[in-house]
Amino acid sequence: MTQSKQLMGRAFIYSLLLGFAIIYLAPLYVMLVTSFKDIEEIRTGNILALPNTLNFSAWSKAWSTACTGGDCHGLAPYFWNSIRIVVPSLVISTLIGALNGYVLAQWQFKGSNFLFGALLLGCFIPFQVILLPMAKLLAWVGLANTVPGLVSVHVIYGVAFTTLFFRNYYVAIPNELVRAARLDGAGFFAIFWHVFLPMSTPIFVVTVIWQFTQIWNDFLFGVVYSGPGTQPITVALNNLVNTSVGGKQYNVDMAAAIIAALPTLVVYLLAGKYFVRGLTAGAVKG
Amino acid sequence: MLRYLERSLPRLVLAPTAIAMFVCMYGFIAWTAGLSLTKSRMLPQWEFVGFDQYARLFANPRWHVALDNLLIFIALFIGISLVLGLLLAIFLDRKVRAEGTLRTIYLYPMAISFVVTGTAWKWILNPGLGIEKLVRDMGFSNFEFRWLVEQDMAIYTIVIAAVWQSSGFVMAMFLAGLRGVDESLIKAAQLDGASVIQTYWHVILPIMKPVFFGAVVILSHIAIKSFDLVQALTGGGPGYSSDLPANFMYTFAFSRAQMGLGAASAMVMLAGVLAILVPYLYSELRTKKV
Repeated sequence: MTQSKQLMGRAFIYSLLLGFAIIYLAPLYVMLVTSFKDIEEIRTGNILALPNTLNFSAWSKAWSTACTGGDCHGLAPYFWNSIRIVVPSLVISTLIGALNGYVLAQWQFKGSNFLFGALLLGCFIPFQVILLPMAKLLAWVGLANTVPGLVSVHVIYGVAFTTLFFRNYYVAIPNELVRAARLDGAGFFAIFWHVFLPMSTPIFVVTVIWQFTQIWNDFLFGVVYSGPGTQPITVALNNLVNTSVGGKQYNVDMAAAIIAALPTLVVYLLAGKYFVRGLTAGAVKG
Repeated sequence: MLRYLERSLPRLVLAPTAIAMFVCMYGFIAWTAGLSLTKSRMLPQWEFVGFDQYARLFANPRWHVALDNLLIFIALFIGISLVLGLLLAIFLDRKVRAEGTLRTIYLYPMAISFVVTGTAWKWILNPGLGIEKLVRDMGFSNFEFRWLVEQDMAIYTIVIAAVWQSSGFVMAMFLAGLRGVDESLIKAAQLDGASVIQTYWHVILPIMKPVFFGAVVILSHIAIKSFDLVQALTGGGPGYSSDLPANFMYTFAFSRAQMGLGAASAMVMLAGVLAILVPYLYSELRTKKV
């Protein structure tokens, strides 16, 4: 009796977990099958039906000829825009964050805790409250609608998070290490370079993944601070979906959406463990 | 001289960040606060009109729609995400096979941008070709499901998509919390004759209170900032029926050249975030000192 009851319990748990797994996967499945259908198939079949043939024309269209608002060069130029925005923002904000975290955790001075608190609060402000003045500042220094302008914005507001990550990582390391190294005559940067950097690989991975997904997926800064030639892929995707020249092309929309999602999905699949750590560190620690 | 430089190095390293923070965060907040007290439209105009913009804001029916939507969205999005995340975490914690794979599946939407999520669900919920057609093809030919184009229902499509995207994250938080629960407490409860459900309800969930708070803070933060999802899924429509405050702010500050009004709405959003955040940070800091 108890055994069969237990068995039923296990069956219940597994069917529930599997059921939800199917629900979570369904949108991705729908996107994929839709992207391989032609318009006729989409109109006659349903969203779950498999495509008759593997038709890649929607993919090539999404990549190179679909219209995103005014021009019709597909997502490719915007994909590269995103890369040109993400790579420098990521590198600069991570390096600054590492040094900041090193100072805040190991070289505290009067007022450094206050600075950290102020920075921490900055992680939580809704960006709407800085959108207008930042637009003015970018226009004033001549960076409005440019890639360097967007990079600066991502660095400025990303540093709060990267600093938080590194500070929380370095604060667990005993300060004796720094003191001993100083007695040996090592300076500020030498200690960072020879003592701290070699043990920082995990936190670098966490931070880089966090910043990569944040900046790649950004839409707000992209839509406000980019011009026609500098839009990131999220903005272009939104324009593509809302441009309906010659009827809606759902297959192209779906292929485009997958292209926009692919880089972060790949990173997630390769380094999911670190992704989760970044989420929880960025979210709950403080 | 060199010694002095060496001693000031930590300060020098932190200086650019400190300056950027005080100018681009706190300075800008002050700037926006100031702007919200002026009659600026197209360009900033420093002619102060007191709280007129706030009065205009709260007299604007569109703002009330956005606020009501935010309340609906916050309540449902947070409620469903918490229940679903907790449920999945508890079941995953029952020593199941392929736990890693299942976790990966529940969490992958979190890696995707809200714009992609919105695009995908816009197609799935498409009136005519999406779920409606699927169910009709299964034989229910009168089935109707067109929330996306119904004024009263559009906000719920945003809830659906947001829950799909973020509940896996709540699951990950709860799972980490469950893994931290002391095994001996569970054993003791079971020795006292408590059933599995009683053990969870009376022993484990109370321990997880901080995780609940953390999750609520993060989810409400996501909710207040949500902008991309609305923009991609409904565009705020039909009409402005599914606008959230962030979309209101964007529309008025950037598309409609109503800077003062946009700034006022941003300040109200900031106040909302602080109202949630300050008590949370305060209790966090207090418990840490004890």
